[in-house]
Amino acid sequence: MTIGLEHYLFVAAALFTIGVFGIFVNRKNVIIILMSIELVLLSVNINLVAFSSFLGNIQGQIFALMVLTVAAAEAAVGLAILVTYFRNRGGIAVEDINLMKG
Amino acid sequence: MTLAAIAFYVLAAIAVVSAFAVIAARNPVHSVLFLILTFFSAAGLFVLMGAEFLAMLLVVVYVGAVAVLFLFVVMMLDVDFVELKQGFLSYLPIGALVALALFAELGLVASAAGQAEAARPAIALNDAAAITNAEAIGRVLYTQHLLLFQLAGLVLLVAMIGAIVLTLRHRPGVKRQDVARQVGRRRSQGVELKDVRPGQGL
Repeated sequence: MTIGLEHYLFVAAALFTIGVFGIFVNRKNVIIILMSIELVLLSVNINLVAFSSFLGNIQGQIFALMVLTVAAAEAAVGLAILVTYFRNRGGIAVEDINLMKG
Repeated sequence: MTLAAIAFYVLAAIAVVSAFAVIAARNPVHSVLFLILTFFSAAGLFVLMGAEFLAMLLVVVYVGAVAVLFLFVVMMLDVDFVELKQGFLSYLPIGALVALALFAELGLVASAAGQAEAARPAIALNDAAAITNAEAIGRVLYTQHLLLFQLAGLVLLVAMIGAIVLTLRHRPGVKRQDVARQVGRRRSQGVELKDVRPGQGL
């Protein structure tokens, strides 16, 4: 049996679902939420590379490269915000992050 | 069952199981380590798909930089993670419902896309042009997508400056070098001439 496009799409779908599920169940822990976002971005990358590979078009891999860049930048800025918040408030509980009254 | 199929199933199973362990682990350090395992397995899947360059990039960028950054932050912050784990069960039903619906939808689309005619011609990119994956990416990245490439660099630069600005802090009472002030110092600010009378002192 050969591994087709839909096999990779199913793996990506599972990773995406787990990422979203992680955001739901870990409502209090910002670090786990950031990791879940990384999982979601990874599943998108798997989708892009799978389509790129099976349709014979390199553009998908270029786009995956850009997603990788944005994910790295997002992780860096997110963790910097987290460190600053911890320094100012002494905790990282999501429920307490309501200073802006949004 | 070919070797590639076995490799796919092993890598996919490890990726999904360790991704679940990321969100379910009690200790955030374990979560980060499982995240690294997930990214490694995903890199293996990329190699199976013939995207070696992106696979190596995933290992370098994610395992080498992002995961280590997460590890640093988790270990540096002195947080009671057991307390943060509270409420895991209260959000479980609604979370599971949404996740189930999401997976059903994505699975539907995935199987539809797999059966579509567009997905049939599975031409390997690299064999067709007889060039390596990295060369194929480089050929379009530095010509057709040059602006995109530069903008990606700009995004990284802005993120770097933002992270530094956010975490930099000036503590009061710490002596620092201020080159402009030191160089701009005049003689009149540092030396004072006193006229001392003989036999009296200051």
